[in-house]
Amino acid sequence: MSTRLQSLGRMIDRSKPVEFTFNGKRLRGYQGDTLASAMLANDQMMMGRSFKYHRPRGVVASGAEEPNALFNMGTGDRFEPNQRATTQEVFDGLTIKSQNHYPSLEFDIGAVNQLFARWLPAGFYYKMFIHPRPFWKYVYEPFIRQSAGLGQVPKEKDADTYEHFYFFCDVLVAGGGIAGLAAALKAGKEGKRVLLLEQTADFGGRAVVDGVEIDGKSASDWVAETLAALNAMENVTVRSRNMVAGVYDHGYVLGYERLTDHLSDKSGPRHRLWRIRAGEIVSATGAIERPLSFYGNDIPGVMLASAVRDYVVNWGVSCGDRTVVVTNNDDAYRTAITLKQAGLSVPAIIDARSSGAGPIAAEAEKLGIKVMKGKAIAKVKGKKRVTGVQICLQAGEGSVIEEIACDCVAMSGGWSPVVHLWSHCGGKLNWDDDLAMFRPNPEKPPLGADGQAFVSVVGSANGHLSTAAVLADAGQTVTTNEPAEAAIQPVWMMPQGAGVKLRSKAWLDYQNDVKVSDVQLAAQEGYESVEHTKRYTTLGMATDQGKLSNINGLATLSAALDSTIPNVGTTTFRPPYTPISLGAITGVARDELFQPVRKTPMFQWHDANGSEWEPVGGQWRRTYAYVRDGETTKDAVNREIVNTRENVGLLDASTLGKIIVKGPDAGKFLDMLYTNMMSNLKIGKCRYGLMCNENGFLMDDGVVIRLDEDTWLCHTTTGGAAHTHDWMEDWLQCEWWDWKVYTANVTEQYAQVAIAGPKARQVLEKLGGMDVSKDAIGFMEFKDGTLGGFDARVHRISFSGELSFEVAVPASQGAAFWDALLEAGAEFGVMPYGTEAMHIMRAEKGFIMIGDETDGTIIPQDLNLHWALSKKKDDYLGKRAQERSFMASPDRWKLVGVETLDGSVIEDGAYVPAPGNNPNGQRNVQGRVTSTYYSPTLKRGIAMALVKNGPDRMGEVIEFNKEDGTMVKAKIVDPVFYDKDGEKQNV
Amino acid sequence: MSNAVSALNGQEAKGDVTVRELGLTGMITLRGDFEDENFGAALSQITGAGVPDVRHFVQAGDFTVLWMSPDELLVILPYEKAAETVAAFDAALKGTHFLAVNVSDARALISISGDFANEVLAKLSPVDMSADRFTAGMVRRTRLAQVAAAFWMLPDGSYNLMCFRSVADYAFGLLSTSAKAGKVGAI
Repeated sequence: MSTRLQSLGRMIDRSKPVEFTFNGKRLRGYQGDTLASAMLANDQMMMGRSFKYHRPRGVVASGAEEPNALFNMGTGDRFEPNQRATTQEVFDGLTIKSQNHYPSLEFDIGAVNQLFARWLPAGFYYKMFIHPRPFWKYVYEPFIRQSAGLGQVPKEKDADTYEHFYFFCDVLVAGGGIAGLAAALKAGKEGKRVLLLEQTADFGGRAVVDGVEIDGKSASDWVAETLAALNAMENVTVRSRNMVAGVYDHGYVLGYERLTDHLSDKSGPRHRLWRIRAGEIVSATGAIERPLSFYGNDIPGVMLASAVRDYVVNWGVSCGDRTVVVTNNDDAYRTAITLKQAGLSVPAIIDARSSGAGPIAAEAEKLGIKVMKGKAIAKVKGKKRVTGVQICLQAGEGSVIEEIACDCVAMSGGWSPVVHLWSHCGGKLNWDDDLAMFRPNPEKPPLGADGQAFVSVVGSANGHLSTAAVLADAGQTVTTNEPAEAAIQPVWMMPQGAGVKLRSKAWLDYQNDVKVSDVQLAAQEGYESVEHTKRYTTLGMATDQGKLSNINGLATLSAALDSTIPNVGTTTFRPPYTPISLGAITGVARDELFQPVRKTPMFQWHDANGSEWEPVGGQWRRTYAYVRDGETTKDAVNREIVNTRENVGLLDASTLGKIIVKGPDAGKFLDMLYTNMMSNLKIGKCRYGLMCNENGFLMDDGVVIRLDEDTWLCHTTTGGAAHTHDWMEDWLQCEWWDWKVYTANVTEQYAQVAIAGPKARQVLEKLGGMDVSKDAIGFMEFKDGTLGGFDARVHRISFSGELSFEVAVPASQGAAFWDALLEAGAEFGVMPYGTEAMHIMRAEKGFIMIGDETDGTIIPQDLNLHWALSKKKDDYLGKRAQERSFMASPDRWKLVGVETLDGSVIEDGAYVPAPGNNPNGQRNVQGRVTSTYYSPTLKRGIAMALVKNGPDRMGEVIEFNKEDGTMVKAKIVDPVFYDKDGEKQNV
Repeated sequence: MSNAVSALNGQEAKGDVTVRELGLTGMITLRGDFEDENFGAALSQITGAGVPDVRHFVQAGDFTVLWMSPDELLVILPYEKAAETVAAFDAALKGTHFLAVNVSDARALISISGDFANEVLAKLSPVDMSADRFTAGMVRRTRLAQVAAAFWMLPDGSYNLMCFRSVADYAFGLLSTSAKAGKVGAI
């Protein structure tokens, strides 16, 4: 029986009972209980089933290292699997379910796996399921997926919210035990900005539980006083329920703060991820007790000695009436004494050391506890609960000397410092033979940018196990009442000569069901590296990341390899220390804040008028088409094109990049950036330009206008605006730093509208205020003025092939300007058109589109844009590259138009196959389509393609492949399908 | 002018920390050589303010001049005055190498005021917002979650934040959500 004691339980408030539900059963606990302590108080020792063999499992530990007690927690939109009972505090209304069993926790079908355990050794899955190959996909994998996994996957959207928080400090102290408190106090007194984070709700760590006296005061008084001193310091911030999850380069640290996990009231953020920059990090993360490897060490009721003590002292819970303590060190004696003092029975302390313990042994014996030296546990009896232990000699092979009835076994295999934070950024470890533990190697700390250590480690995390040594390590000299301790004796198997039968039920990794025999098998099969053994056996790969199993596992491996522990080494410690929620990582970035959506000033009108949105250039939303009732998207696109060609259309072109380039050297600068001349552009004129990178490849294009003697405005593509601006600044700041040029990205200063179509001029004339005649503003010219009361810059440029004006007004006036155009254009049949109509109309005109005709490997020559490559200039970015032999080769694929013979539309991405195969056995190709559309103007499919020697093959019929495996015939034609002479745009 | 509407048209989210869009505001990007006598003279003649210290701003009457980079300032002024002030810079600095450009419409300006306004910003920007590190008169160009932003602290302890107009909705959503989520109580 595990039960609640009448007294003790410093963490719980007996005046505040809470009720929670476990597998539909209503259970009671107290405020301050963890789920584990509350379950134990209700005699619910069995808490789950293991991953592989579905063995009954109870809680082993009392903290973050717990491997077994994981639950499906919450329901519906607050459901979450794999929640650790030892770190989850209970609250009124908490609902939990046990995991990994069917049909119930008490009776589980999967437990038959145990009977086959002989045939389910390490590597079983690899060996078994590799043949026959197709079986994996169709038989094995679906079956394994069904039976694998611990918790269930949440099915509903998370109801909780999360956030991030940026914090800066001089010293970050991880851990609120006595070492962390002392370290924080020391740094605080030095005037440093200190942040102290403690993962639990409680400060003081083990010192308080163990009832140590520090300078004559109880540890709890010492903790309370130190905490009060810290809280009184302006420069110190102390937070509990905030775990340091990871240490990263440059003093970056993640803190995982749990705000509402312990409350019934779930309002406000659930978790807060602290993104900390710390000048210096002090790891005071304590140590974790190791299990001992003996037969049946996973049966519910076998627990860490320190955990048994924690449950009594912290939560007033006894884990059993009769507890046998088994140990290889002095510390577990404290558990025996604590239990005895709490009125519980301790039939024996089984001490593997033949010499026994130090002075504490006398204390135990004085209380009437029998100490059995040089002994070991041969077997634990019981199935769903410990019923007794069989005792043998540690030095032997397991012959039973006597049997002791008990319902709890408290084991201690020694302590392992929590070196995770020291190791995350590369701090190295030393094996300490005397203490049988890995300790931080002070010679090889994690190094910061300055080559100095940026993480230090104090207290038990540094391998100090006595209170006086812990505080001395943190800079405080104190006297304590702790007795001297006898040395630990490393025990990696119990008894040391255990045969295969005992070894195959001696668990190393509880969560992943890895046994001593599995690691030994891996060694036999040649897995010498600890990293390989880990992956082969899955040792330490579960959600607890091997906090209990790693050291025992690698000690077992080193023994099996006849090597030493330091020679085998550890696996890599990676953040996070314990799993953190995806919600915390996401922070505020969910729903409408998941990603920024860039909106033009006319966004709301579009949205209210059937806009089918398309993401463009990253975060912009542009209207693909304005779909009316009863129309398909395709209908809408065709209608928009026909109307633009016949009447007049409006396009929201506000997203186009606009960059001001000004200065005495601006002309020279633009001549280098663009392939054609911009310095000789006349004021008031527009010129289309191409921009290449240093490798000669087309990068961006757009219309450049000259505003005055030394000012140009460069239009870029929507997606290229930010990059082009960066590109300009890069050259100006890093290469041509002495050129006098300033740039400014004014993309968002203007709302820009293209008014295109034969009736475009009439619409602007109706608005009035500016002369927009051909004589006043010729093709490729612009004028500033007032149009219908709006401050406007009117450009005569055309991407549609129609008579077209692009009008820029201040963004704040954009929505009103759009409304005014619709009103003025009503009598001329004005209709807005979207990006798809724009794409098709430009394709009908044979205009290229960056990102369609180009893909980062295309040079202007490929697109027959030789006319835009200045021969007058000595240089421009990309010129040299374009002269290289491969770029100048006549064999490059070049742009042509193609028309299918049957009028159909060529499929997106279609290739033009060529005869034969290449050396890799792939079909040869001689071209590919770059843009392909149905043209409502021509009432047939049109396309542009890059084809080998294309322009020389006009009129030739080639074949494009189709998804259904057939081919479609198409004729190579001029890429300008519509108004070849440009008469329409030039009226 | 009567047609001009700011990005969020004065939207406000009231609470312990109030987030409010400040409506149409004049802004001029001014680039030039801060060491140049003409530049300093023109700046103080037109705005009444001198060149601010690195990552600081100065206020003079209607004008606030913010340091943006070693060769860039931002002049904040009444919306109606932006065009004429650009013209004034153009006239005063004629013949020197400089750039004055009206960017009033390209941005949105949002005020964050109240008890824990600094913590609201610290939830979204990687900036040390502790009271003794980020003080009145300081300005920081940084990011707000996933977008570029700049903010500065006014003498009354509130903050003004500037972002691009197209992401005003997003920025407002971030700030109001973070304000509503409450105090951290750490800085």
